[in-house]
Amino acid sequence: MAIAKTKVTVPDFSLSPRIDQVGVEERASRFTKRSIKKETKLNGLKLVLNMIDLTTLEGKDTDGKVRQLCYKAMHPHDSIPGIPTVAAVCVYPSMVKVAKKALEGSGIKVASVATAFPSGQAPKDIKIRDTKFAVNEGADEVDMVISRGKFHAGEYNFVFDEISAIKEACGNARLKVILETGELGTFDKVRRASDIAMYAGADFIKTSTGKIQPAATMPVTLVMLEAIRDFYYKTGKMIGMKPAGGISKSKLALHYLVMVKEVLGEDWLNNEWFRFGASSLANDVLMQIAKEKTGLYQSANYFSID
Amino acid sequence: MEKTVKKSSLTISENGLEKKSSTQRLEVLKTYKIYIGGQFPRTESGRFYQPENAAGKKLGNICLSSRKDFRDAALVARGAFGGWSSRAAFNRGQILYRMAEMLEGRKIQFIDELIQQGATKAKAEKEVMQSIDRLIYYAGWCDKFQQIYSAVNPVASSHFNFSVPEPMGVVAIIAPQSDSLLGLVSVIAPVIAGGNTCVVLASETKPLCAITFAEVLNSSDLPGGVVNILTGKPKELNEWFVNHMDVNATVYCENDSTVKTMMREKSAQNLKRVFFYESVKWDSEAGQSPYYIMDTQEIKTTWHPVENIAGAGGGY
Amino acid sequence: MAKAVSTKKSNTIKLKFDTSWSYAPAPESKSAASIKPQYDLFIDGKWTKPQSGKYFSTINPANEEKLSEVAEANAADVDKAVKAARNAYEKVWKKMPAKERAKYIFRISRMMQEKARELAIIESLDGGKPIRESRDFDVPTAANHFFYYAGWADKLEYAFPNRTTEPLGVAGQITPWNFPLLMAAWKIAPALATGNTVVLKPAETTPLTALKLAEIIQESGLPDGVVNILTGAGATGAAIVNHSDVNKIAFTGSTDVGKIIQRAIAGTNKKATLELGGKAANIIFEDAPLDQAVEGVINGIFFNQGHVCCAGSRLYVQESVAKQVIRKLRDRLESLIIGDPLDKNTDIGAINSKQQLDNIHKYIKIGLKEGAEMYESSCRLPSKGFWCKPTLFTNVAQSSRIAQEEIFGPVLSILTFRTDDEVIEKANNTPYGLSAGVWTDKGSKIFNMTKRMRAGVIWANTFNKFDPTSPFGGYKESGYGREGGLHGLLPYLNLVS
Repeated sequence: MAIAKTKVTVPDFSLSPRIDQVGVEERASRFTKRSIKKETKLNGLKLVLNMIDLTTLEGKDTDGKVRQLCYKAMHPHDSIPGIPTVAAVCVYPSMVKVAKKALEGSGIKVASVATAFPSGQAPKDIKIRDTKFAVNEGADEVDMVISRGKFHAGEYNFVFDEISAIKEACGNARLKVILETGELGTFDKVRRASDIAMYAGADFIKTSTGKIQPAATMPVTLVMLEAIRDFYYKTGKMIGMKPAGGISKSKLALHYLVMVKEVLGEDWLNNEWFRFGASSLANDVLMQIAKEKTGLYQSANYFSID
Repeated sequence: MEKTVKKSSLTISENGLEKKSSTQRLEVLKTYKIYIGGQFPRTESGRFYQPENAAGKKLGNICLSSRKDFRDAALVARGAFGGWSSRAAFNRGQILYRMAEMLEGRKIQFIDELIQQGATKAKAEKEVMQSIDRLIYYAGWCDKFQQIYSAVNPVASSHFNFSVPEPMGVVAIIAPQSDSLLGLVSVIAPVIAGGNTCVVLASETKPLCAITFAEVLNSSDLPGGVVNILTGKPKELNEWFVNHMDVNATVYCENDSTVKTMMREKSAQNLKRVFFYESVKWDSEAGQSPYYIMDTQEIKTTWHPVENIAGAGGGY
Repeated sequence: MAKAVSTKKSNTIKLKFDTSWSYAPAPESKSAASIKPQYDLFIDGKWTKPQSGKYFSTINPANEEKLSEVAEANAADVDKAVKAARNAYEKVWKKMPAKERAKYIFRISRMMQEKARELAIIESLDGGKPIRESRDFDVPTAANHFFYYAGWADKLEYAFPNRTTEPLGVAGQITPWNFPLLMAAWKIAPALATGNTVVLKPAETTPLTALKLAEIIQESGLPDGVVNILTGAGATGAAIVNHSDVNKIAFTGSTDVGKIIQRAIAGTNKKATLELGGKAANIIFEDAPLDQAVEGVINGIFFNQGHVCCAGSRLYVQESVAKQVIRKLRDRLESLIIGDPLDKNTDIGAINSKQQLDNIHKYIKIGLKEGAEMYESSCRLPSKGFWCKPTLFTNVAQSSRIAQEEIFGPVLSILTFRTDDEVIEKANNTPYGLSAGVWTDKGSKIFNMTKRMRAGVIWANTFNKFDPTSPFGGYKESGYGREGGLHGLLPYLNLVS
């Protein structure tokens, strides 16, 4: 596999571009000034819904909970015609088989977290086994976490090699690499971790596990989108982006779409290359779609929670 | 080393014109030259004039500087600006103090010259003492006025923003006609204390001290070119002092409204700053203040973002 | 699932910003603003017909439609206004306790905030600037400027150690068309706070927000004559400058006119503040945060269509990153939206006037003729009104006219450099000295560069930032005096020991 390895010289990650936090935040806030109205809003909402990785990652997850979630993924809100499905259902490895079965024939992907999610504090062989298990159970996508401790310790080669190894273990499954930006501390480090992940073979880079605050923010996502853009220009390889955690409102999700549109453009504006990792966003999007269709402000009572 | 050479010349003149006739030996007259770039050339024009004191006594053959002398002086002043303005303010203070020391050491010569130019002994002594003290006053300001007139501006955005005074550059000065030493010192000191360099036209009728003052400058660690002193006639040179495109500011100390109008008009060519110190009593408290330093300062404001991670409102 | 790997040869890579998901028009409603068909002169607290009876039209540069017509003040009108200002100064304003003066200025600020939406709409209609800027920048910053200076009125003795202050008298003020309301605020607020009275002339192409400000001032109950606002063109401005009873001229505009003013007041005791042209260098070093630098460059040159005296119109990029930076700039250019100033999504509005558009076109032609390489946004322009695509020139030489002269439009000249010494020399190689920018991650270099650049405002790792507390003004031919902050008080005061 390892396209990156054959084509590209691996750079010195300690020299990854520096990021000015204030500038990033100013730029990110500019996206929120875009006024999204009428058709743009409706089409945007549908696009958002179609980009969601509907997620349940709880200790108390059961087969029953996952099946309900899968049904919701396929039938977000049948009372409004023309509603798209979500992109994927995201679960723990132990739930992959259930989800795979429940979603059969729907075209909705099953994404599995792996590699001792969410802390990643496990030996490499266990992470590889975790990954292989998920893939063997039928996962289409694997969401791994990087070893943040090693990253902070400056062991970039370790982090790089681990991602490469997991990528290999993924086989045909697409690999999303979670940086857990909330633990990285600065945008400089987010950029560096993004570069490591992309050069090591990530298909997607992803902000967060959802277990650490802050999770996804627009500025941190912008830093990662710009890393993707630079990587694309350098290697010709597209990398997907998945902000996860903390995006629960349609308006915010639309701002993210604006950001993707203006940083990466048309090619990334689909669920092949952009995902939202979220659990409650879908219903807010549905309520907004209903509002656009009916002109009435909506109540949560009319939208199923799973 | 140079200092001792100059000191020997100090003994040349005795303390008053009236005594001269009683000396046995022939007095060695001083050749008064102008001061450009740390050198003492004669005017390139080869011209001279002979100012007289109130008693009709000729003071000497004084260089009648030309516009080309001014041009040469402005050029070296520009060349000296980078080095002088980037010196530590503390060091500039030490150099101004050294100027005062040198002046103190040669005060008899200055008193003598002032008397030659028509001052009473008491007035001459007072003027020299005040001049020394004025240099010390501005020596002390060199590394302080920035603190008084700077500001950290509390902007609303996440930026560190501060405003500091910076020297304007090359300042052309037409020195006061009266107070030929004190006036000269009072207009030069604030300009160079603030890091500018200058070209000064000395008092036309009382030029002796100005040239001797140049000798003080030359022996006081002041880099050549920081202060350049010309002698001559304002009438000839006023216009050139304000015409030059590479001069940043002009100071004029007389109250001639025609000249003032001309200066403001000509200054428009490169928008040089013009200051008129027409009614300043140089021998009073009003003759010294940090506001004179500030006249030839620009205010520079600098912005830089302030990272705001993990603080209130941080979006990270 | 199919392997979603897309790898292209890097020289064929192009991002597509003309996306299928595009923004629907989102125009701000004009109904929130009321513009009268005709405006008189605001003299001595009253709306007064011009003595000549003449009026001139002000148009919307985005569609060339007439918005209103405003009176043309002649020398007699100016004289009347100056008399009113003198009278108000001597009889009311000078004598008023400073804290009361402050309260009037605070009140004006508050009323501007209340009417912010209307002011923003009119600013965009009259001047062509995007509503996003007038709404988020011009109007709030203008109101904040009044608020900031209001507080100074009764604290002036703290501003100048060992001195007391006295006002100058009547200030004649002339403002430009690029930030009509904001510049009026920059002029009026410090003048009032320091105890002066005002005769102000807004630019002839953008008089409306100043007239709305006059309405606010009238409503605020500010004593009659303290602020007088006269509309007119150059002749009106000249009458103000030449009036013998004006003590102070404050002018923002071109360097050419600034010099004319300097000459005109030569034989007088009038004090002056001149805030004139610029050709700011914006310097990107190879270690800079490049994406933020690119954003800073974009805001530096395309903010307000480039009609900004401190615009970063000369970009110096270190050669090692030049290709990358230019590509990023071109991509960013494509995501800029040009069009209806009232649309909330518009990034770049209309050029302020036909005359200015012609001037910009002239320089674009010069740039091409000088052999520079031009790149402009692929956007479409509206058919009516005055428009210019955001434009980049690469391969520009230091001696090119487009690198030397102020264009005052959305045109960026890009030059490259190798060493610190080289770039500082090039950056300072200009008669102007208003602003400059530097982008680098290295702190010690920032301080070296910011110190050595000869300009009044230096932005390091940012650009085009303004704040009422921050002094603004130039070195060299960019004018003299400062506006804003503590240092903005001095131009309106005499210091007394």
